[in-house]
Amino acid sequence: MKKLTSLLKYTFLIISSFISIFPFYWMIAGATNTANQIAEGKLTFGDQLFVNLQDLFGAYDIPLIMWNSLKISGVTVILSLIITSLAAFGFEKFTTKTSELIYGLILLFMVIPLASLVIPLFKMMAGLQLVNQHLAIILPAINNLFLIFFFRQNFKSFPNEIIDASKIEGASNYEIFFRVVFPMMKSTYAAAAIYAFMNSWNSYLLPLIFLQTENKYTMTLLISSLSSASYVANYGTQMVAIIIATIPTLILFLFMQKGFVKGMTGSLKM
Amino acid sequence: MQIRSKDKRGRRQNQDVWKFIIFSVVLSSVFLLYPILYSIYLSLHNMQGLQSVFVGFGNYLRMFQDDIFWKALMNNFTFLIFQVPIMVVLGLLMAFLLNTPNLKGRTFFKLALFLPCVTSLVSYAVLFKMMFQMGGIVNDTLMAIGIVQNPIDWLNSPFWAKVTVIIALCWRWTGYNMIFYLAGLQNISDDTLEAAEIDGANGFQKFFKVVIPQLKPVIVFTTITSTIGTIQLFDEVVNLTGGGPSNETLTAAQLIYNHSFIYTSNFGYSATLSWALVIIIAILSIIQLKISNRE
Repeated sequence: MKKLTSLLKYTFLIISSFISIFPFYWMIAGATNTANQIAEGKLTFGDQLFVNLQDLFGAYDIPLIMWNSLKISGVTVILSLIITSLAAFGFEKFTTKTSELIYGLILLFMVIPLASLVIPLFKMMAGLQLVNQHLAIILPAINNLFLIFFFRQNFKSFPNEIIDASKIEGASNYEIFFRVVFPMMKSTYAAAAIYAFMNSWNSYLLPLIFLQTENKYTMTLLISSLSSASYVANYGTQMVAIIIATIPTLILFLFMQKGFVKGMTGSLKM
Repeated sequence: MQIRSKDKRGRRQNQDVWKFIIFSVVLSSVFLLYPILYSIYLSLHNMQGLQSVFVGFGNYLRMFQDDIFWKALMNNFTFLIFQVPIMVVLGLLMAFLLNTPNLKGRTFFKLALFLPCVTSLVSYAVLFKMMFQMGGIVNDTLMAIGIVQNPIDWLNSPFWAKVTVIIALCWRWTGYNMIFYLAGLQNISDDTLEAAEIDGANGFQKFFKVVIPQLKPVIVFTTITSTIGTIQLFDEVVNLTGGGPSNETLTAAQLIYNHSFIYTSNFGYSATLSWALVIIIAILSIIQLKISNRE
């Protein structure tokens, strides 16, 4: 009985792991095959990698699109980390009745889907002449409500005594925040940075609405438009594009596993 | 610790809070509160092109008679009632097995099962679209093993297209939810499991009688977030099935997008649909919280 349970256990885990990993293998193998071979489900590696790379880099300015993605994500991560953590620190450590009311509203707003705000945002950005500008994607993403919640949960464990002591020594509020709190909460910031990066790197709806010319595209938007192209889709180039778009997040995951898992799953302690 | 809010420092705190939250409050007002209010205004107007006509609840009445909207909502709920339970059960099972003592290859399994989370929603949807082609790898494999005789038309049959979306969602999110259960399991003391074992409980009994009840708060949390996620489903269906065949996998969020940017755009009507979606999400969250609090 024990042996049978053990066998079932490993069988289940091995099959699940195989299903989880297989699409990654298939994506890499696919990048080396022709569109037809991919459509026919060829499993082995072929010799078309350079052809596919040439097709993709020849048709699109990949370095520019990659740079667009990195720029948007980088700016969004830095600005949103500063602004949301400042707010969370205020909400947690300088609580007033009004601030609690505002915080309650913020929690409430979290259930409103982005799809519901897209039209007003579009009209707003059109009025500001920001359509087809990266700023139209960055601005609405900075004040990430989940990050405010995430930081506040993590600041709960930050000792008040340290804030008081720094105050007595004459440090200003911002000094306390940037010189004392930030260095002490580095792992929280790392997790938040990963969350914010993944969010921005993978964001689809806002780029889809605001970015209209190829030189403004992000990788995510490019993959989507490659896939939905009306002419016969070239699976090989799609595979290469997906791999290129996944490399940064994969590296992030492999080198910062703990922070990655913490960032992706929120305030859980791992 | 909160008592001191009445001392000298308490009054200082009052003024200081704004120094921290002001940036966030300004951004919230411009990019959140204003869009919300404007969206309510839009939902009461018929807005095609530049013309705006006040129609009161006209858009809402139209919504109740809009078959496509109800079909899209039904699709959302179909995905929801199949995908969320399957994913929760699989995730629980994985976490439970990963938590057994003396498991060989624990780190590898954990890594492998979480790996789908590094893909963007668009990327994996496009990847799955290629895998589920008529002559593609999935059909090849199923026929090689002998599960099916003829290839399944995954993406173009009303039934199988829905199944494909559900499979894809499970692939991407099961490992993610498993992490929450693993964290929850660490908080269950080994003593209770050992006690159950001494009492003669087998693996299944331990799983259902000891583990599940103690994990309830985590299960409720993941169910709520997954429910909200499924109701807002957009990226995956757009890139996997495009909402087809003939709207069989169309979701509410995609319909809102179509009304705004694809069909002759009517911002007023799509704002109305947006608010219906917000209300549904709010109601579902409240129901789930109520159920979990009552027990």
